[in-house]
Amino acid sequence: MLSIKNINKTYHSEEGDEVLALSDINLEMKNKEFVCFIGPSGCGKTTLLRIIAGLETPDSGTITIHGEPIKGPGPDRGMVFQEYSLFPWRTVLKNITFSLEMKKVPKGQREDIARQHLELVGLSKFADSYPHELSGGMKQRVAIARALVNDPNVLLMDEPFGAVDAQTRNRLQQELLKIWERDKKTLLFITHSVDEAVYLADRVVVFTSRPGRIKEIFKIDLPRPRDRTSVDANMYRESLLSSLGAEIKNAID
Amino acid sequence: MDIGQGLRKRTLELTSIATAIVIWEIVARIINIKYILPSFTSVVSAFIGLVQEGELYRDALTSLNYFVIGIGLAILVGIPIGTLMGWFKSIDRAVDPIIEMIRPIPPLAWITFAIIWFGLTKYAAGFVIFIGAVFPIIINTYTGFKNTPRVLVESGKVLGCVRNIDIIYRIALPSALPAIATGIRVGMGVGWMCVVAAEFFAVSTYGLGWKIWHWNNLHHMDIVLTYMLVLGMIAFMIDRLFRYLVEEWWLKWQSGVVV
Ligand SMILES: Nc1ncnc2c1ncn2[C@@H]1O[C@H](COP(=O)(O)OP(=O)(O)OP(=O)(O)O)[C@@H](O)[C@H]1O
Ligand SMILES: [Mg+2]
Repeated sequence: MLSIKNINKTYHSEEGDEVLALSDINLEMKNKEFVCFIGPSGCGKTTLLRIIAGLETPDSGTITIHGEPIKGPGPDRGMVFQEYSLFPWRTVLKNITFSLEMKKVPKGQREDIARQHLELVGLSKFADSYPHELSGGMKQRVAIARALVNDPNVLLMDEPFGAVDAQTRNRLQQELLKIWERDKKTLLFITHSVDEAVYLADRVVVFTSRPGRIKEIFKIDLPRPRDRTSVDANMYRESLLSSLGAEIKNAID
Repeated sequence: MDIGQGLRKRTLELTSIATAIVIWEIVARIINIKYILPSFTSVVSAFIGLVQEGELYRDALTSLNYFVIGIGLAILVGIPIGTLMGWFKSIDRAVDPIIEMIRPIPPLAWITFAIIWFGLTKYAAGFVIFIGAVFPIIINTYTGFKNTPRVLVESGKVLGCVRNIDIIYRIALPSALPAIATGIRVGMGVGWMCVVAAEFFAVSTYGLGWKIWHWNNLHHMDIVLTYMLVLGMIAFMIDRLFRYLVEEWWLKWQSGVVV
């Protein structure tokens, strides 16, 4: 469904330095698959996600969705950014209706749809709040609702729960799985947490340190709902950690 | 306790003003030359007289009229120029040298041309105020647009803003509004200073600035001082009103941040 072929990306700084961010990335994703990216900081995960979103062009290689090459941002792909990205001048509800406004959906209808999605992330009470009145975790939930409301086939999420405490994080993960099971979207999710990857993903892609290459792909063969403390989960975590550990060591050396 | 503290805080401020007035009165009586320093009481009675004659009211309206012409024009011209420069690099590079050439000229240096171009009319005064106010508005608008967070622009793109105009109107402009508000506020401050200077050139027989000149020639320094204080008070009220509108209504979404 989503097909990534021979992607290379080099950044050129203004001083003329070159940073090879991604090198020869190949990955095939099935429809409605949940894939996690994990890898050392600076290895190019965000870059790859941005290329898929159409915000960045690769130096070589192609990405196709259902055989169609990507030529820029489009409504078939939604994105939740690593940093907070809500529009501060819009209320929570108006943030969510943004993409519907762009599609010229009538006002009453788009607010109904937005309220449904707000309910989905458990923030109905905050419809008329402004982003600065929300906690970090709440902001990311609104950002998720805002991405979902456009009904994209592919949802790209860049460490959406990176800035929230462990307890909230667990709850948000459960909410996300519920949404994913309900809407059955193809989901690409970047994380730094091995625990998160094992709890969420069908497959986990481990990246090497810079330049980012795919080092290993783990298939997590556990039925959902998953038990974080099970022996199997522990086994997966351990093999992921050792694969990742070598890379983080490389990145530091 | 909070209320008590609040009161005490206010008491301190009121005491401070009262003390300043008392000292002023005493010094004025010691000097005892009205021409050098009119006393507080003589200023108060001059003020009451001017209010009763309706004189002050007409002067204030005249000056505010110039002010509105100048500031209105500065907003209409400054925001679009700042927007285009902030968003399009080539326009920035083309326009910036011209602006940097004109900007350092003090607004009052334009008075002669203002009178040649517009005659002794309110538009001449308005033009000088415009020159004073337009540059702060351009520069702040420019900065506001330049500082639009990249992640917001990209969010907009991912959510369906494709055309440049959509991104400018729906993302960059709202994001720049706090900076634009600051620009207008600074512009109004400079513009009000220009009001007084523009009026010295007799564009009308009314106006707060013109009256300072007029009563100075007649050596009525108590009235001169009254007009000076009124000029300050009006500037203060304009600023407060603007801040109130901005914080309570225009930029409510950023509450807690003072422009
Ligand atoms: N706009 C840019 N210009 C120059 N270099 C960039 C740019 N964006 C990213 N890079 C570089 O490319 C590399 C990959 O960055 P990227 O943001 O994709 O990493 P990441 O894997 O998402 O890291 P993290 O886990 O810390 O978010 C980094 O070395 C970074 O410095
Ligand atoms: Mg990243």
